[in-house]
Amino acid sequence: MYWCRVKYLRERNENEIFIKNNIGVGVKMSEKITFTIDGVKTTGKPGQTILEAADDAGIYIPRLCQHPELVPHGSCRVCTVLVNGRPQTACTQPVAEGMIVENNTKELDENRRDIIDMLFIEGNHFCMFCEKSGNCELQALAYRLGILSPKFDYFYPKRNLDATHPDIFIDHNRCIFCGRCVEASKTIDGKGVFEFVGRGAERKIAVNAEEYLKDTDLKITDKAADVCPVGAIIKKRTAFTIPIGQRKYDKKPIGSEIEEKKKN
Amino acid sequence: MSENLQADFDKLSRVEIKRICQSCGNDRSKMMDIVRAVQQQFGRVSSEAMNIIAECVNCRRVEVESVVSFYAFLSKEAKGKVVIRLCNDVVDKMAGADAIAEAFKRELGIDFGQTTPDGKITLEYTPCIGMCDQAPAAIINDEIITYLSTDKVKEIVADIKKHYDPSKLKHRLGDGNNADEIVHSCVHNGIRKKGAVIFAEYKSEAGLKNALAVSPAEVINEVKTARLRGRGGAGFPTGMKWQFTRAAQGEKKFIICNADEGEPGTFKDRVILTERADMLFEGMTIAGYAIGAETGILYVRGEYTYLRKLLEKVLKDRRNKNLLGKDILGKKGFNFDIIIQMGAGAYICGEETALISSCEGLRGDPKTRPPFPAQKGYLGNPTAVNNVETLCCVTRILEMGAGWFVEKGSKSSPGTKLLSVSGDCKLPGVYELSLGVKVKELLKEVGAEDAQAVLVGGPSGQFVGQNGYNRTICYDDLATGGAIVVFGPERNMLEIAAEYMDFFIEESCGYCTPCRVGNVLLKKYLDKILAGKGEPEDLDMLQKLGESVKTTSRCGMGQTSPNPVLTTLKNFRKNYEALVKKSPDGLQPAFDIRKALADAEKIAKRSSEIFTNKGCTPHTNVLVQGKIFKGKK
Repeated sequence: MYWCRVKYLRERNENEIFIKNNIGVGVKMSEKITFTIDGVKTTGKPGQTILEAADDAGIYIPRLCQHPELVPHGSCRVCTVLVNGRPQTACTQPVAEGMIVENNTKELDENRRDIIDMLFIEGNHFCMFCEKSGNCELQALAYRLGILSPKFDYFYPKRNLDATHPDIFIDHNRCIFCGRCVEASKTIDGKGVFEFVGRGAERKIAVNAEEYLKDTDLKITDKAADVCPVGAIIKKRTAFTIPIGQRKYDKKPIGSEIEEKKKN
Repeated sequence: MSENLQADFDKLSRVEIKRICQSCGNDRSKMMDIVRAVQQQFGRVSSEAMNIIAECVNCRRVEVESVVSFYAFLSKEAKGKVVIRLCNDVVDKMAGADAIAEAFKRELGIDFGQTTPDGKITLEYTPCIGMCDQAPAAIINDEIITYLSTDKVKEIVADIKKHYDPSKLKHRLGDGNNADEIVHSCVHNGIRKKGAVIFAEYKSEAGLKNALAVSPAEVINEVKTARLRGRGGAGFPTGMKWQFTRAAQGEKKFIICNADEGEPGTFKDRVILTERADMLFEGMTIAGYAIGAETGILYVRGEYTYLRKLLEKVLKDRRNKNLLGKDILGKKGFNFDIIIQMGAGAYICGEETALISSCEGLRGDPKTRPPFPAQKGYLGNPTAVNNVETLCCVTRILEMGAGWFVEKGSKSSPGTKLLSVSGDCKLPGVYELSLGVKVKELLKEVGAEDAQAVLVGGPSGQFVGQNGYNRTICYDDLATGGAIVVFGPERNMLEIAAEYMDFFIEESCGYCTPCRVGNVLLKKYLDKILAGKGEPEDLDMLQKLGESVKTTSRCGMGQTSPNPVLTTLKNFRKNYEALVKKSPDGLQPAFDIRKALADAEKIAKRSSEIFTNKGCTPHTNVLVQGKIFKGKK
């Protein structure tokens, strides 16, 4: 089931070796790679990304499109950090010996707020009516970064909702183009129900059918139905079951579970 | 009866689409060739066609749709037999493209984006087609028509309505190979100045022979010694790129030539493809030998389809002369051939990883790096991607030696550079100049000494004002892929910057957030300022937003797309400052309360008692954005 992921990790390992041998980062193939994040000495394993190594160390780098079970998409750009002074996404950049990573800076957080703002205003996100509210990673990240309302004007685009499937619906108004459903369906479910179509502002998720989700082989048990960070892909008859105050991010801010590792 | 006819037609098209797929070996990675052929034959890639293609190449239907929906020259909906695409680039507009647009609308009786009621002619806009020095220009199916005038539009439309076959359009012929039977185009090369490297007389195949006489490592060393850097704009050292590719593990290796020049204002590669195809293919062959590739791919932008037959012919001649094929020039074991991959209208495919995606038959989304193409490029194999001009330089370096090459140009930037010059100048065209030339000298050469601004490197480069005319064009100062657009004293630089932002919005692949949304926002704020509704803080906002997009974007496009805004903010700040003003009442001037209330008033069937057309009602205190505004007594 996870062979694609395994293959990916193996390939990434090879890439890492290639970079070391050919781009001259250092040829030592030790078990541990030492680098710093905001001045804190951190260790990672060969083949790990900055984000994975930071997670292990209990350092939270804000992220949105990344999902631990999926090949990183690198599209939201929230996890952009400075690596030796150059912007890179922590979810795609492998750790390397001696690299200096800056994460928790005023400028980077400002960029992150810009990106979160952009995701809010380009779609139609009405948290107060949304089934995902309280469990939504976009909303939680906005709160964590201290966004109370977007500073840019809303685009108010006209987008569709597809509720034809008996168990699942897609509300394109809330899609943030993270690609999780595309990747999960392809590599974990082995189906390929979703794919991106169009480009630029016209980019959107399409389904592998002439038009409707009901005509695909998506099942409620599919990983693809489970990975949406926002309220774009929702399982029917599951909404509002948890009272306000007890939802995932009501209790503690997003990223807390990673930071708690540090305390232990 | 008609149902039977329809069924027969469907059956026939089914057979034909299957035949197209088969001719491409039912190969998923040949998707671009398949959908291009289907589009050409049927004027669309219909929903039904997508199903058939998916069946033939054994992929999911939505994958086909994902490709078709990405490229501007492909469409799911039916288009006319003849598609007229008028170039609406900034330079074309400066040359009167708006009047041409009106003329087309008038003659055809339709608007842009529409098809004539008989379904025969579609009218569209398209961004820069690489004809800025002969603007306004249009592309009609694959035919290019340049120097358009309103009279010419009348003739063209009348002519087309006779046969609906753009290849039969009557026009004069261009110079050089453009006049060749096989090209038969009205395009002009417009070579204004020949330099020592690309347009000089050269001994063909001498470079290749010299290369084959030494080891691949020595060839790479020669290129390194020549300190050749990429001519496409990024300026990566070519020898180093080849070394990485050669050293990378992989059974097969590939050399790809990027002939997808799409930067508005660039057209120099078009001239190389027309007049120096042999030199280019020789360079690709040398590169193939150096990195250990057996296949080269020439990725040509869809707009240059009119050159395809010529390029195929040159390749055929080279095969006949054993300059391609097996044991090239008697060198045992050196087998190399070149295939042509046509694009279909996507600026982003000039980005090397997007170009590789496109070659693989995917939508032109850039890929995640690492891995870099040198490690894992085309179909996962180590791949070197080089610009057209770079590979021509290689041919000459191997012919004349690295020592000869480093004598040209400046100390830090050896060689010459082709510059595509257009806009407000007397002598637009292609100039081959030594690197290190001053902007001032260039302007004198092209007849534009009164220029208000020069755009160096196209919109992804920078707007240089008069205070920057002493700067030099080289890798250390103004690095450029070669697009030079000149703007005369009467042009509104901010309006031009806004036009270029429209281009980036249109051409963003939409993969990453900052490029997909940020460019739209930059344009909105710029429009607000141009409408006289901007405040001084908006300049700061523009600056910060632009920098944020640059920092966080995923590929070179988003990392440079804010440049029209950022470089005008830097070099033409006074123009901005003249347009913004502090709001006298603390309200946002861009916010029109009457307009905002209009819908609600319509529903309520009464107008607001507080916000009337005459302003705030007297004796009323209103809370706006946390501030209390008192109505005047």
